[in-house]
Amino acid sequence: MRKNLVGWAFLTPIVAYLLLSYAYPLVTTIDLSIRDYTVRSFVRGGAPLTGLTNYVTVFADPTFRTALLNTVLFTVVSLVFQYGIGLAMALFFSRSFRLSATLRALFLVPWLLPLIVSASTWAWMLNSEAGVVNAVLGAVGIDKVNWLTSPDWSLASVTIANIWIGIPFNLVVLYSGLQNIPTEVHEASALDGASSWQSFWNITFPLLRPVSTITLLLGLVYTLKVFDIIWIMTRGGPSGSSTTLATWSYELGFGNTLPRFGPSAAVGNVLILLALLAGLVYVRVQRNQEAS
Amino acid sequence: MTRSWWRTGVGLLLTAVMLFPVYWMVNVSLTPASRMRKSPPDLFPVTPTFEGYARVLDEQLPYFGTSLLVAVGTVALTLALAAPAAYSLAKLRPRGRGPLMFVLLVAQMIPGIIMALGFYGMFVRLGITNTLWGLIFADSTIAVPFAVLILTSFMSAVPDEVVQAARIDGAGAFRVFWSVVLPSSRNGLVTAGLFAFLWAWSDFVFAATLDSGGALKPLTLGIYRYIGNNNQEWNAITATAVVASVPATVLLVLAQRFVAAGITAGAVKD
Repeated sequence: MRKNLVGWAFLTPIVAYLLLSYAYPLVTTIDLSIRDYTVRSFVRGGAPLTGLTNYVTVFADPTFRTALLNTVLFTVVSLVFQYGIGLAMALFFSRSFRLSATLRALFLVPWLLPLIVSASTWAWMLNSEAGVVNAVLGAVGIDKVNWLTSPDWSLASVTIANIWIGIPFNLVVLYSGLQNIPTEVHEASALDGASSWQSFWNITFPLLRPVSTITLLLGLVYTLKVFDIIWIMTRGGPSGSSTTLATWSYELGFGNTLPRFGPSAAVGNVLILLALLAGLVYVRVQRNQEAS
Repeated sequence: MTRSWWRTGVGLLLTAVMLFPVYWMVNVSLTPASRMRKSPPDLFPVTPTFEGYARVLDEQLPYFGTSLLVAVGTVALTLALAAPAAYSLAKLRPRGRGPLMFVLLVAQMIPGIIMALGFYGMFVRLGITNTLWGLIFADSTIAVPFAVLILTSFMSAVPDEVVQAARIDGAGAFRVFWSVVLPSSRNGLVTAGLFAFLWAWSDFVFAATLDSGGALKPLTLGIYRYIGNNNQEWNAITATAVVASVPATVLLVLAQRFVAAGITAGAVKD
């Protein structure tokens, strides 16, 4: 009994903090989404309750479909490539060779840089006129691509930058997963005459499944949250072609001189539902893996 | 042996491709404005200039100071909140802690942009937008749940016998925490502090929403302001970006194993 009391005494600061720093802002967001706020009532309070009007407005807006579709595309394509490239790199680095530890450490750099740094560097590299990417493409005879200013390419451009940022995380986690597979397993299969491809496909990949699942789920949760990269590179444009739920929510609330806090909060809450759904799957999968 | 050299060669090539954007950032930061919009661009800084860095010194120095203060403040707040909580979760294990662990896991999944909107509403009403500690408080939310979870796993590794022995010697719960568990979890504290620093240093969302046009800006907003200018001066932008990347690079060199430990901590359980 006393032990519980002392235990919770040590937990009191964190509980108070969670209430103040998570519960309060989240309740504020819900409140914003069910009232008709103006700049004036935002400061003074007393905005009229409007129920689900903001949600109806948001769902009826054609941007909603674009943003949702872009969010799904951005997330799925990012995950597939981050995981695929990350796994290939992890397999490559899992055999130790001269400099392997140093090079593996250098691979972490993109993940550690501030997102605004990576995003602005990519924005300049993908610049139509003076960007290095178009210069390289031009050298092999490919026409210049308007990466950031054409609606056909803007989503692809921000996805490429996001894949680059996500590779290190996938590499590190999958690499440590590979390290946990006992080497005897590989030796046994090599003795049985399995080719390295067979050995990967029939042994390594299935044994790596728990780590792969967690990596992909964490990647999903992170990617749904991505805002900085897209906002800095394209601001969701041109004409909404790279808008996701996250950038749209920001644009509604902070991107214009006349903020629309209600719809902004409504979009944010839709995004939160998606993130929590992914999060619950993650927690469940992790528990099952711990149990087994 | 020859095979291993072959791998080193491929490894070097892959790393070069992966780090090309970083090289390009440094290259552009040294390019004079007159050659910036040349097509094709110079692949090497043929006529290096430090005009971009001169502007960083001239215009961005206060922002640099703000970033540093915010990051250090976030580390302090994060560790002060997370360490006692982790001690309790790992060693005192009171009843009903399960739901708290669950809340901490889920808290990490809430998109920053939604937190920013909520904080903005809260800060406007309390009149604390554009304050240093307001930004520190907001930034700490990126790090606190992660710090509690990683410190809990580090503190669980401190043997119960050691804790028991200290108790028999008459140490109270706080004394055990301060003199036994905390010193034994140094690596955990370094890892949690390191990530809190990096995340606060890199934060853009909270800085952009909570400063409401005031003078108090971190470096990330300094870069953002440059990008927003009509005559985007890319050597100044990338020079600031290079400077903003310094902490990440230093931390990677000095504390690589902590970084790797932090990245894997959430994902892989041994």
